[in-house]
Amino acid sequence: MSGLVPCATADTPVEPALPPGWELVVGLEVHVELDTATKLFCGCANQFGAQPNTNVCPTCLGLPGSLPVMNERAVELAMILGRALGCDVNRSVMARKNYFYPDMPKDFQTTQYDQPTNTDGRLELADGFVVGIERAHIEEDTGKSVHVGGGGRINEAVYSLVDYNRAGVPLIEIVSRPDIRTIEHARNYVEELRAIVAATEVSDARMEEGSIRVDANVSVRPHGSSELRTRCEIKNINSLRSLGRAIEHEALRHVDLWTTGSGPQQQTRHWDEAAGRTTPGRSKEDAEDYRYFQEPDLVPLEPTPAVIAAIDEALPTLPAARRAALREATGADADAARLLVERGQDSLAMAAAASGADAAKVVTRLVNDLAVDDWSAVDTESFAALIKMESNGELSASQAKVVLGDLVEQGGDPADHAARRGFEAMDSTELESLLDELIVVNPAEWSRLRGGDEVDRKKMQGFFTGQIMKATRGQADGRAVAQLLAQKSV
Amino acid sequence: MRTLTSLTPTPNAKSPVSLRAVVERITRDEVVHVARLARLDLADDEIDQFTQQLGAILEHAADVEALEVADVEPTSHPLPLRNVVRADEVSESLERDEVMACAPDVQDGQFRVPPVLGERT
Ligand SMILES: [Zn+2]
Repeated sequence: MSGLVPCATADTPVEPALPPGWELVVGLEVHVELDTATKLFCGCANQFGAQPNTNVCPTCLGLPGSLPVMNERAVELAMILGRALGCDVNRSVMARKNYFYPDMPKDFQTTQYDQPTNTDGRLELADGFVVGIERAHIEEDTGKSVHVGGGGRINEAVYSLVDYNRAGVPLIEIVSRPDIRTIEHARNYVEELRAIVAATEVSDARMEEGSIRVDANVSVRPHGSSELRTRCEIKNINSLRSLGRAIEHEALRHVDLWTTGSGPQQQTRHWDEAAGRTTPGRSKEDAEDYRYFQEPDLVPLEPTPAVIAAIDEALPTLPAARRAALREATGADADAARLLVERGQDSLAMAAAASGADAAKVVTRLVNDLAVDDWSAVDTESFAALIKMESNGELSASQAKVVLGDLVEQGGDPADHAARRGFEAMDSTELESLLDELIVVNPAEWSRLRGGDEVDRKKMQGFFTGQIMKATRGQADGRAVAQLLAQKSV
Repeated sequence: MRTLTSLTPTPNAKSPVSLRAVVERITRDEVVHVARLARLDLADDEIDQFTQQLGAILEHAADVEALEVADVEPTSHPLPLRNVVRADEVSESLERDEVMACAPDVQDGQFRVPPVLGERT
């Protein structure tokens, strides 16, 4: 999950400041590039970052006389993702979606229309909220165009350059039901979908490389109403942060239009990240009219029940189930469970807890101190041993943290690292005699700690703690020091 | 009640149906709309001509529409085939120079096209 934008950060409001009485209604369309070796209908490589127009052939260039042949692996991956999302896998047929734009050399996109592969699924977010999945269908990606001149804005372009390496790359488009009510859930939905896509190895799921792209259908309605009002589809959303900002902007625009007039027009709009607003797409005159019809060059896909059963059999344990298992085994809260499953540290946590290490400490240590990309050197046994050393007082919390760092870098036995670093258990009498010495040397500070006001006491607690840490080179256990200071100063 | 005999092609394709039937099937405005979607620039007399011809085709299709087909599986393909797939194995792509040689305008190994007003939606 590298490159994942955190769910809520200080600079992005978690929820839109919708005026009281209004409710947000969001459905998401997520395009995921399937991790196949080749394109959907031809043997050209499905490869990100190749030299422009080097992975092209008559089929993906739409040259006359060329014919598509369906990629078996793409169909399989689409069904795997469908089953992971709890969908029904159906008999499906491909369709042509007709339009003229330079990104599609055939002048139609081959997709699925009224008979998609997957329908009626569900996706459970980390906090238990469930979003319905309407469909997840197979289609081909378009080429990539770069607009040149006029500062790069599309309406001011002097000309466009087109690269068809991406044209025909297999996609699955997952369409949610309009069940999402908050920006946080919209982000969580995309995060969860990414996690499922990663767990099933359907795609490399890199948003920054465009292998996951999100469009948002946004509308608003009065609180308590169940109507679905006019929606706008927001395109060009490139990150989870943009997703939140775009939804917020669009929802506020709708509230404004409903409050001052007869509401928004149904249309496609583009998120302008720099300007922080959405702008209208084509005018109504150019409204979508794709004249879908069945693709005559491809035949129906009819997976047998045996094929679907085999897919179910091979599905990995999905993130929602892993979170539940982790919480059950360790008592981790929802946030910790989400984080550890995301990092793939849930099995380490459960194994350590199962071997007798304190489960709460296991979770805390992992959440706080194992936020590193490569922790492959940390094996279950030594991690569990470390937590046990911390639990029985052989190591202070800060020492345990240092030793965990050693395990990440070098692996090995935590006891060896502790010994090498001279970490020895400091018993309470040692700590107490150290404090006694400090009191003798700093009598004024000590009386301020005992008799001063709240601020003074806090300050002097900090002073003595600092002195003890200095004298022990940071080896004293912070919690033990605080306890000792409290006892002594009564 | 129509019968299959009404599906027999009319010998003279130039004036197969009355104008009255045509008007019921498709309007001139619809033809203009469809032509615009197909990026066809039609002259006025061509619009009239295609309105009549498309009307005749739709009239013909309406004969089929009138049949009782509730129990008939829709035809997806003329041949009774399904699950025709290929293995996910890379085959050779075209030489870029060869591809670019076919294009009217190129730059940096890419197709150079006129600016397109408005993003595709
Ligand atoms: Zn190709």
